[in-house]
Amino acid sequence: MGMDFFIVQTLSGISFAAILFLLASGLSLIFGVMNIVNIAHGSYYMLGAYIGLSIFWKTGSFILAILGAALSIAGIGIAMQRFFLRRYFEHFPQVLMTMGFALIFRDLALLIWGGDPLSFPAPKFLQGSLHMGEIIFPLYRLFVITLSIAVAIGLWVFNEKTSFGAKLRATVDDNEMARGIGINVPLVSGLMFGLGAFLAAAGGVIGAPFFGVYAGADFEILPLAFVVVIVGGMGSLKGAAVGSILVGLVDNFGKALVPDLSYFTLFLPMAIVLAIKPTGLFGRK
Amino acid sequence: MRMITESRLKISGAIAAFILLVILPPVLPSYWLTILTQMLIFGIMAMSLDILMGYTGVPSFGHAAFFGASAYVIAILSTRYQVGFLGCISSAFLLAVAIAAIFGLLVAHAGGVYFLMITLALGMVIWGLAFRWVTMTGGDNGIAGIPRPDLGIPISLDDPISFYYLVLVVFLLVLFLLYIFIRSPFGQSLMGIRESESRMRILGYNTWLHKYLAYVVAGAFSGISGILWAYYNGFVSPMDAELTASFEAFLMVILGGPGTLVGPALGAGIMVFLKNFISAYTHRWLLIIGGIYILAILYAPGGVMELGKRLAKGGDKE
Repeated sequence: MGMDFFIVQTLSGISFAAILFLLASGLSLIFGVMNIVNIAHGSYYMLGAYIGLSIFWKTGSFILAILGAALSIAGIGIAMQRFFLRRYFEHFPQVLMTMGFALIFRDLALLIWGGDPLSFPAPKFLQGSLHMGEIIFPLYRLFVITLSIAVAIGLWVFNEKTSFGAKLRATVDDNEMARGIGINVPLVSGLMFGLGAFLAAAGGVIGAPFFGVYAGADFEILPLAFVVVIVGGMGSLKGAAVGSILVGLVDNFGKALVPDLSYFTLFLPMAIVLAIKPTGLFGRK
Repeated sequence: MRMITESRLKISGAIAAFILLVILPPVLPSYWLTILTQMLIFGIMAMSLDILMGYTGVPSFGHAAFFGASAYVIAILSTRYQVGFLGCISSAFLLAVAIAAIFGLLVAHAGGVYFLMITLALGMVIWGLAFRWVTMTGGDNGIAGIPRPDLGIPISLDDPISFYYLVLVVFLLVLFLLYIFIRSPFGQSLMGIRESESRMRILGYNTWLHKYLAYVVAGAFSGISGILWAYYNGFVSPMDAELTASFEAFLMVILGGPGTLVGPALGAGIMVFLKNFISAYTHRWLLIIGGIYILAILYAPGGVMELGKRLAKGGDKE
């Protein structure tokens, strides 16, 4: 195991972190705005991958697959928020309801696409690899990292520099006061839910060429996204970014070094952060 | 004037339960006997979860971890190492307690949705071990061929009726112990934490320690149900520790009514019945429990126990 093993594994870990960030940023922001945990967030990822694959089969276009999947899942997310979650003022029934949806989504995926794992080829123009001396790295993974960085910058600008972002931050900080000064909090919540679903579904399509498309992906990725948010701190974009990188790296090195215990290695960053800072690295409360 | 008071309802319920659980089984068809056995095993699981959900007021979404972990210990020790009955059950129980004692350190400071997220992630860590540690757990294939235990008495537990009565005895013992637990001063302080943790802290209670111990107790009893399940089913797989298993346990408590102890056991009964009944007609079990979840939240947030009380009160007015 030389230096190139280390570099390749680090890059792989960061490309996984890029996917995790797409999920965790939405999860964290939804939590920030509505104070609920969306159990169906992993389901958006899984359904996104399936819908993207179907679009890809029909059209052959990777870009259309991402956009089509992300937009349709955003629609589902907004509908869930508007017609079911918004009826409750308490958080707990809302969380339970998202759990009901998660189970329904899993079964619908099995019903429509069957139980066998499906593969999703990387688009042709990204199929090569990058050679730098001894190091060989797939181009597609670099694309994923670049895309996710672009999304992170976009989210940061949106959050810090636009008036909607200001309303969003106000809602996160003090929901009641935000209502009081005339911010349409239900609208902000609905749009955040839609944005979170959009990003998760896009993550599902983008991650599909690495991980394949299968019905258990929802509950396999959800805990990882949770660990990211627990480590990074709830409601914080910076936390989602740092948490994703940490979890992505730990998971990837775990898989490479101790495959039998790979899922178990996630326990470590979570235990350490919870012991030192129970609210997560960038958590506010 | 016809009056159905709550206590009358309780007494008649208890008599009906006694007849159903103690007298009927020897004459029941074997299909119903297996369903009743499953109901009791999951009833223990649901009651243990109720300690957290109903009495301490914290939502644990990883409760299948303890169930699965102890079931795996039974499977591994009895099929691979030929360990005897006492060795198996004590190791399985101790592992469930140890896992709860370690996880508890990480969750006891939390409350509400934070508690939920951490328990969910921790629970899936155990699932990950069951799924990926193939040399130890058999991975996705699980472990089959777990023999029924030999207690060293002339009664063979291969006989479904004697195994049923063993499960019934354990169930009643757990019900009794948990009842004492929640009625104890400690249990009363847990309910205080459920109502207002900050107030309890001001009153001088160590709420962290209370929540920690409640979590360990709940994990231990969930482990007991896992032990029974491994012996009953003869087979364990990662499904036993998966998130859907934790969600099912959660739904049992919601359906039965959190904070009623007997209610969650009833909820477990309903779920086991539905699962067996529905699976005879369709494979769409997840779709159906997802639907039940949403409907239960919409129409019966207090569970069947509250529904029963409401009906009894309705009877009073007549």
